[in-house]
Amino acid sequence: MTPAPGTPSLEVRGLAFAYPDGHQALFGVDLSVGRGERVALLGPNGAGKTTLVLHLNGILGGGAGTVRVAGLPVDKRNLAEVRRRVGIVFQDPDDQLFMPTVREDVAFGPAAAGLRGAELAACVDRALARVGMSGYADRPPHHLSFGQRRRVAVATVLAMEPEILVLDEPSSNLDPASRRELADILRSLDVTVLMVTHDLPYALELCERSVVLSDGVIAADGPTRELLCDEERMAAHRLELPFGFDPRSVAVRG
Amino acid sequence: MGAGHAHKLYRHARSPVHALPPHCKIAAVFCFVLVVVATPREALWAFGLYALLLAVVTAAARVPAGFLLRRLLIEVPFVAFALLMPFVAEGERVTLWGLSLSESGLWGAWNILAKGTLGVAASVLLASTTELRALLLGLQRLRMPPLLVQIASFMIRYGDVITDEMRRMRIARESRGFTARGVRHWKVLATSAGALFIRSYERGERVHLAMVSRGYTGTMPVIDEVTATRAQWTYAAALPLAALAVCLTGWMLT
Amino acid sequence: MHVPDGFIDAPVSLAAGAVAATAVAVGLRGARRELDERTAPLAGLVAAFVFAVQMLNFPVAAGTSGHLLGGALAAILVGPYTGVLCISVVLLMQGVLFADGGLTALGVNICDMAVVTTVVAYALFRLLATVLPRRRSSVTAAAFVAALVSVPAAAGAFTLLYALGGTTDVPIGKVFTAMVGVHVLIGIGEAAITALTVGAVVAVRPDLVYGARGLAKPLELRTAEGTVIEPVVSTAPPRPVRRLALVGLLAALALAGFVSYYASTSPDGLEKVAHDKGIDSKAEEHAAKDSPLADYQVKDVGDERISGGLAGVIGVGATLAVGTGVFVAVRRRRGRAAERAASAGTA
Repeated sequence: MTPAPGTPSLEVRGLAFAYPDGHQALFGVDLSVGRGERVALLGPNGAGKTTLVLHLNGILGGGAGTVRVAGLPVDKRNLAEVRRRVGIVFQDPDDQLFMPTVREDVAFGPAAAGLRGAELAACVDRALARVGMSGYADRPPHHLSFGQRRRVAVATVLAMEPEILVLDEPSSNLDPASRRELADILRSLDVTVLMVTHDLPYALELCERSVVLSDGVIAADGPTRELLCDEERMAAHRLELPFGFDPRSVAVRG
Repeated sequence: MGAGHAHKLYRHARSPVHALPPHCKIAAVFCFVLVVVATPREALWAFGLYALLLAVVTAAARVPAGFLLRRLLIEVPFVAFALLMPFVAEGERVTLWGLSLSESGLWGAWNILAKGTLGVAASVLLASTTELRALLLGLQRLRMPPLLVQIASFMIRYGDVITDEMRRMRIARESRGFTARGVRHWKVLATSAGALFIRSYERGERVHLAMVSRGYTGTMPVIDEVTATRAQWTYAAALPLAALAVCLTGWMLT
Repeated sequence: MHVPDGFIDAPVSLAAGAVAATAVAVGLRGARRELDERTAPLAGLVAAFVFAVQMLNFPVAAGTSGHLLGGALAAILVGPYTGVLCISVVLLMQGVLFADGGLTALGVNICDMAVVTTVVAYALFRLLATVLPRRRSSVTAAAFVAALVSVPAAAGAFTLLYALGGTTDVPIGKVFTAMVGVHVLIGIGEAAITALTVGAVVAVRPDLVYGARGLAKPLELRTAEGTVIEPVVSTAPPRPVRRLALVGLLAALALAGFVSYYASTSPDGLEKVAHDKGIDSKAEEHAAKDSPLADYQVKDVGDERISGGLAGVIGVGATLAVGTGVFVAVRRRRGRAAERAASAGTA
């Protein structure tokens, strides 16, 4: 089923959640991400970012509120479809790349969805080509560099043709070159992106819009540059720009 | 373990033995070892023939003899055990080089040394001509429960990662001036082991999340299938069948 | 203690293989019931952990060092089912990849190193955890004793297999004394490291210690406004399995008492007869005729209590293993239904 045009890729309403140990992480989150938008999700440590991400494909659930992906509510009945539509790239690529070779890893998702044979192979090749890792299909993931592993991790998710790509700290542990390569790849993709990050320059470079999650609620939502220039608000949510970085002076490529 | 050691265990080459499907090889090696174990120990010549058979396979697989012999060292602890046997076993005693030795003990020592060595040599040949990944696929083809195969492949995939973490923790300890010298330091080592367990378990949980996010529901999607032709089976069966012939002759002659 | 090919004869190796396969099947079923679809990644990672920890050398005295076997540790940390699975997988991989332990002896190795250690350690641990006050120090103490006993128990199991299918006529008494003697020493190291490791995990993540789950406090949930909402993770109703297992354990202990009693009286006579008639070298014959444990009370072991007690412990292990098998077979259907319900209930 194709959603009506204008249906946002992601719609979160009044989401609240507490962990079994009693710690409450979300206190009513409202967030809407339109088709093709690239949005940065900013927030200090412990703000509930990861908790929110795990709700997007139904790994966590059972609290109050709703999550819809392209109009489809995230609940038990739609779980398989939701997980296909929401591609999460986790922070540590070693967690994400659990199969013996890159090819098998990228094939894992589509194969679980029932793809076989030539169709599966074509899908894997396409996903690897999109992240510039075509030549590495038969390598074991742990023989790749960190940056390469992260790109393969993105490919594993792209292979499932997701509606929305969710990246958890995509720039962490990358050297500047890998960081730029990944940015180029992300810009070239034609999918909705939600990027969880501490890396404010990276958010400015890639995302027009940013939301700030603080203490389990959305504390700010607006154009990234404006947000980064609002010093008072930034300080209130423990967000700090790197030394010498002035968001006003940076030209952002489209 | 696993992939990191793969280059040590597996010797890449193009040979008829390398080309055999893994499940044929595993079955052949297992049957061979079983036949060896079932051979009467009095048939000394039979073990010579077995060794010759293995030598032929080694040559066909282009595994250097030195490599094979070095790998046999794994047996050493039990060689010590075997050497003790003539002294502790009961029964008639014979005098050799001025030592009073038990005859049955001597037979026992010979039995263990001969069969153990042949067994180790056969396993080493298997591991050095079959890639890790193929070994697991082979075990799966031989009806090892898929869940067990999955556990084993996760162990191999993450063996390196965990061992690396352990090494980093040791380096961290040592850079703070700690070296374990005696019983007093067990507590520190155990704390590291505890931390390692928590890290391993938490990584297991994260890997699970990553799997679930890509549609895992408890079974691994079949991505590549290994099959064997009748000719390959016949080829692989040559070793255990030859051994069986030797074994039966051995039983008839003794 | 990785037994190579040719140490145990072919029939007993195959029989041990069948027992090992059954134990692994029980482990798979049990792990699936507990961990559901998380079984593969979690058991795989724990197996990798056990493998890594076996490489962690701890210094004993000047120059010498030992390493952990990990059976008791795995059983206490992840439970007996997953524990059996993890150690079996480690042994399988060591056999296939490193030729450490013979392929035909894999069954023997799994039986004594994966099954006996985990089952004995876990049974003892649960028993002590029930008896001792509910405190963290009790967990450490119980882990110590469980690990201490599990290692010589494995040595005992090995002796039993050797008595049944050994290829050399070494008197079983000597094998037993040597094996258990050495392994009591190894067991002390194993126990100390296991206890300290379990203690370290309990201090940080008590929820991860399978054997200490009873120590957790009940949960409570609140929203910002302070209203209490339904707990997110529904705690499963307490299974009758726990109580049943406890009763089973007590029964096994009682049985073990009898066995050790007989083990400490009759076989002495038997061994004497055997010796008089000169059939001592065929020790495996009377071991098979009589209770196999008869051999465990051995004249070479000076202290009657120690040898009797060890026989008892091995008895508990064996009985529990058999009992669990029967129990699982009986509960098969219900287990499947529960599994389906559980997988439907978790997201």
